[in-house]
Order: sequence, then C-alpha cells, then structure tokens
Amino acid sequence: MRLFKKRPYISIQKATQDSERAPFVPDGMFVKCPNCKQSIYSKDLGNERICPNCQYAFRISAQERVNLTIDEGTFVEWEEDIVSTDPLNFPGYEEKLNKAQINSGLREAILTGEAKISDHKIAIGIMDSNFIMGSMGQAVGEKVTRLFEKATKEQLPVVLFTASGGARMQEGILSLMQMAKTSAAVKNHSDKGLLYLTVLTDPTTGGVTASFAMQGDIILAEPGALIGFAGRRVIEQTIKESVPDDFQSAEKVLENGFVDHIVPRKELRDMIGKLLNMHAPLTR
Amino acid sequence: MAEAIDIVSIARQTDRITTTELIEAIFDDFVELHGDRSYKDDAAIVGGIGMLNGQAVTIIGNQKGHDLEENMKRNFGSPHPEGYRKSLRLMKQAEKFNRPIVTFVNTSGAYCGVEAEERGQGEALARNLLEMSNLSVPILSIIIGEGGSGGALALAAGDQVWMMEFSIYSILSPEGFASILWKDSKRSGEAAEIMKLTSYDLLDLGVIDRIVYENDDQGKIESSQVLASMKEEIIKELDTLAQLPTDKLIQKRYERFRKF
Repeated sequence: MRLFKKRPYISIQKATQDSERAPFVPDGMFVKCPNCKQSIYSKDLGNERICPNCQYAFRISAQERVNLTIDEGTFVEWEEDIVSTDPLNFPGYEEKLNKAQINSGLREAILTGEAKISDHKIAIGIMDSNFIMGSMGQAVGEKVTRLFEKATKEQLPVVLFTASGGARMQEGILSLMQMAKTSAAVKNHSDKGLLYLTVLTDPTTGGVTASFAMQGDIILAEPGALIGFAGRRVIEQTIKESVPDDFQSAEKVLENGFVDHIVPRKELRDMIGKLLNMHAPLTR
Repeated sequence: MAEAIDIVSIARQTDRITTTELIEAIFDDFVELHGDRSYKDDAAIVGGIGMLNGQAVTIIGNQKGHDLEENMKRNFGSPHPEGYRKSLRLMKQAEKFNRPIVTFVNTSGAYCGVEAEERGQGEALARNLLEMSNLSVPILSIIIGEGGSGGALALAAGDQVWMMEFSIYSILSPEGFASILWKDSKRSGEAAEIMKLTSYDLLDLGVIDRIVYENDDQGKIESSQVLASMKEEIIKELDTLAQLPTDKLIQKRYERFRKF
C-alpha cells in the first residue's frame, strides 16, 4: 500500500496582486532601539552603533570596542588562557560555556590586556555581554584581579569597560568570592596613586556593580546604559509594584550622584585621552 | 545528615538566635551606635562597641526580628545602602582606635527596592569590600542564619569567616537561583543541594574557616553551651589575629580571598 498517493492533478497558486504582497524586508535591516523603542534603519547606527534618535549606545562586542576606542594596532592581550572550569559540576554548564565560546568568539566574558589610548599606555579590560551576559565567575574575577595586579606592578592606569548581568550563577558561592578578590586588587592599585577609570556600558548590574564597576576614581557611563544592583524583575517582586522604565538608566544614576559623566560613544576616546593626560606623571 | 533544603529552613526560623541576643550573651557593656552620618539610621544593621575579656571590640550585625512587627522594623534584616555605610563608618572607627571587629551575618541579601537603588546599593557594597580589604584591624565574621549574596559578603570579607552549623551562605536564595536558571522557583530543594550552601560544604570549599557546631552525636546542643564555646573561640581567635603585624594581617586577608 502506498502511504503517500500522488495526486492526479497539479495545483497552481493563485497569483497575488502586488498590492497584497507584504514588502520584502531583509532580516536585520531595521532594529528597534531598546531605549527609545524607535525602529531604526540599521545602517543609520553607523560603526559606533548609536541610536540616531536618542544617542543610546547599542551593546557591542569587546572586539568592536577595541576597534572603536583604542589606538589602532596597540592592543596586546593578557591572560588569554584563563577560562572557566565547572567547579560545582553544574548540570549543562560545560555545554553552555562551549556554546558561548563559539557564538562570541571569546574564551571568557572579559578581554584584558595593554593598549594605548591617545598615546597613553594603559591596562585595559573590556567585558562582553555576548558571553553569558558578561557574568562574573572565577575566570572573569581572575582576569580582572591579574589586570590590576599587573597594572600595579607596571604602574599603569586601568581603564575598564563594564557590561555584566552580575555573578555567574553556575559557579555559585565561588562567583561571590570574586567580588572580594577583585576589590582587594583594586584597592592595592588605588593605594599606589594610580588612576582607575570605569566606563559603565549597557548593562552593568549585580555583583559587578557591587564591586569593581563602582570603585573607579572616575566613573563614566554611556548614554541610556542600564546601571543598577538589583534587576528590575527582582525589585518588582520584592515591592509588589511596577517600577518606571528608566529608573536605572545612566541618566538617572547620574542624577542620583553615582556617575561622574555620561559620554556619547563618539566622544569617548577623546574624553578618556583627556583624563589620562590629566593624570599622567609630569615629565618636565 | 539533613538535606540542604532542611538546613535552609532551620537557618530562616524566626526563633533562631539574633545578633542582639548574641551580643548580649557574649559581650559586656554593649553601647549601640546609630546612623551613617549622611542619610539615616538603618535598623536592619546593629552596630556598636562592647567589651570582651577586658578588651573593647566593635560589633556589627544584621538584625532580624522574632515576629512580624519586629521584622517590619528591621526590614527582615535586609539593609539599605545607609546600613552598609553605617557599618563602614563603624569599621573605620574601629581602625582608628585599633580595636578588632566582629560581625554577625544574617540577611537574605541587601534590600532590592527602588530607593535602595537610588541611594546606590551597589556603590555601598562595593565601597565596603574595597575598604575592608586593607583595614588595619582584625575582622572576624560569623554567619549565624542566612548569608545571602553581596549583602552578606559586605559584612563577611574578614580575616576569618565562620558559620554556625545550621546557617547557609550562598550567591542567591535557592528559590531565586532555581527561578533564574530553571525558571521554576519550586525546584529550590534541588538548587539548595547543587549550590553547596551548607556549613559542611563551604568548609570543604575553603569558603569558611570554621563551623560553630550546634549539634553533636546526641542531638541538639544546649544553646548556652553553644554560646559559651563560641565566646571562648572568639576570644582565642582575636588573640591569635592580634599577634600578627598589620602588614601581615592585610596580606593574609588578601591571600584568603585571592585563592578563589
């Protein structure tokens, strides 16, 4: 017996009128700005990936940041071999790490190294939210700690771009310990009179906010970046009411006194260069 | 041995000993000191100076209540930023007068609310961690009930971290953990097991240095005995830490957290 009988006739699709046909829009041609909710022709975002309507700085990868903000060809990566292990044998974590590595092209959620901005040599860290939402586990904590330790030894200022959903849950309490570990390294660097500049980018929350993100001598932020400790959902569950859309925006956080300056992405390199210049050792 | 989730419920029992009761039992002449000198006094954290074995000690701890009314006043032991700023003020004061610090940790976490965010919860925690890392006096932290997340760590980044046997210490509550990772807060039992939040697991991981036992082979130890031995151990430990020169003390504290 044949399961699938061939029909003895052919079917002809009804020709559609041009007016009925939906316009063809290729994927990714338009993006919605998460800040002002406008639809934007993606080419209008430009290389810097900025919303032309509200200046919101879209999330970018660590590599894009290297290209945009650092003097060309000056980045040298440090500690690229530090990767996460699975300390608690958490079900599914190893696969998640593998997938994140493949999808992001990174080995962990932060890139560290040395570079130059406006000709000033710096130690630099760039977090990438494409890697498990930039969460901090042992590897991220270790890379940040070594960044500060090496910068302290070599007497370099540190510039750190934060982007993180907080602690890496799959590493449990060991993620929590990274907050104390990194803070101690920041303190040692600070006590040597060296400059630590943080740039808070979208999003900077949780355990990263509650440690090295908020410990900079000068704290800059990108327009529209989400900055906070607790997530919006957790707050709504705790207080049992909804909270305003923008209450953790960089602009609000500036108003509340926890950020020094909001800098549009196009001006960031100049601003960082200016600040580095003001803190450079006197040469005359 | 009890399941992890059973220990979670014991750690949260409202009749469990609180910070003020521990202070009363272990220290003499306690004087409470209020306020962060910048905004207000946070009742979720109690701090002050007491005498122990002839020596002044700064004591700071989360305060929970035994009933709803007291818990409302204490915000269930969940501090706002001003609580952490009060705590830092008292730690700096301890440093100035060269007296050791004992902290009692009992919080499900730093409070998650709009005002807490507006007043910089993240910054308050970050500053405490930064300053505690090279405070020149010994810090002994004891987790006595719940030790939840950064809000617990900001009182527990000490030279020695101990746990009462039936307390818990974790990155997040098991309910929150299950809800984030599996979108199902009912799997909290499973989460509690995986998270390694009991005193026994955390001693194995090296996250804590000592367990204050509440139980022996015969069953529950009388609380007066637990308190007496806790007092004795605190005196001994503060003595040991006082022997260390300041730079050595700070270096050892650095190494204690560096190893993770």
